[in-house]
Amino acid sequence: MATQDPRPESIALLEKLAAALIARGVVTEEQIAQKQASADRSNPETGARMVARAWIDPEWRALLLRDGTAAAEAMGISMRGNPPLGVLEDTETVHHLVVCTLCSCYPRAIIGYPPHWYKSSAYRSRAVREPRAVLAEFGTVLPAGVQVRVLDSTADYRWMVLPLRPAGTEGWSEDELTALVSRDHLVGVSLPDAQRKVSRAA
Amino acid sequence: MNTPSPVSEVPPAQHDLGGNPRFRCTPVEPEADAPPDDFGKRVDALRAVLREKGLITTDEQRLNIESLPESEYFSLTYYEKWLRAVAATMLAKGVVTWEDLQ
Repeated sequence: MATQDPRPESIALLEKLAAALIARGVVTEEQIAQKQASADRSNPETGARMVARAWIDPEWRALLLRDGTAAAEAMGISMRGNPPLGVLEDTETVHHLVVCTLCSCYPRAIIGYPPHWYKSSAYRSRAVREPRAVLAEFGTVLPAGVQVRVLDSTADYRWMVLPLRPAGTEGWSEDELTALVSRDHLVGVSLPDAQRKVSRAA
Repeated sequence: MNTPSPVSEVPPAQHDLGGNPRFRCTPVEPEADAPPDDFGKRVDALRAVLREKGLITTDEQRLNIESLPESEYFSLTYYEKWLRAVAATMLAKGVVTWEDLQ
C-alpha cells in the first residue's frame, strides 16, 4: 500500500484541534498558512546546489563536510530549530545511504518533505539489513568493490550524501551540475548521471 | 530460578524497525513519492507553529507516536500519527481540553 487517505475522524480531529487552539488564542490561521507555505518552498534544489558547488569549489566542499548547518545557512536557508546537518562524502570505494530506522528524520530544510517510501516500514527495516537489495529496487547497482555505509538519521542529527561527481561533466557550470542532482541522490538511493537531468516538478 | 534476560533478548519497541524481519519481503516503493496531501501539510504546519511557540518538542512528538498501540502504529497514516501525537501533547499540557476535541 503506497498511500492512503486520512480517516474522516482524523480530519474532524484536526479541525477540532485547530479550532480550539485558534479560539484559545494559541495559534492563528495565518501562522499555520505561513508555516505550510514555508514547508512547501523547501525543496531538493537547495541540497542539489550544495552538492554542485562542492564539485567545483574545494573551499566550499571543505565547509560542507566540516559543518553542513553552516553551509546551509550560507545558502540563505534558516536552520534555526533544526538539528545539526552532517554531510557524508562518497568516494571511489565507499557509498553512503541514509535511513531513519526509528521514524522519518530527514534534513527537510534542504531537501523538502520526505517521500512516502523513506517513511515506510520496508525502507526503515531493510535499509540497514540488506542495503544492496534496497538499492537494487531503486535501480542502483554499485560497482564491484564499493562498500556501502548506512547512516541512521535521528531526531538529534540529520544526514545528507555528497555523491561523486559523474564522469563526463568536466567544465560544467554550477547550474548545469545542480540540474543533475535529485533528492534520491542526497539520500543515497541512487547516483547522479551526466546523461540524466532531474525533473523538478513543483 | 529466573535469570534476567540479557538486553539483546528484549524485543525492540514497535517503532525500532532497523533490521526487523517482519518487512523482509516487503518491497520499497520508489514511485510512492508524492508530496503530503492537504491533511498532512496542515498537520505538519500546525505542529511547526506549536514547536516555534515552545509548546511541543520533537521528543514529545516522538514519544507520543511511539506510545501508540501497535495496531494503530501500523494502520494509521503517517500524518494521522503525527496528529494524534500533537493532540495528546496539547491535552497533557492543558492547552486544550478533552471537551474541545469531542
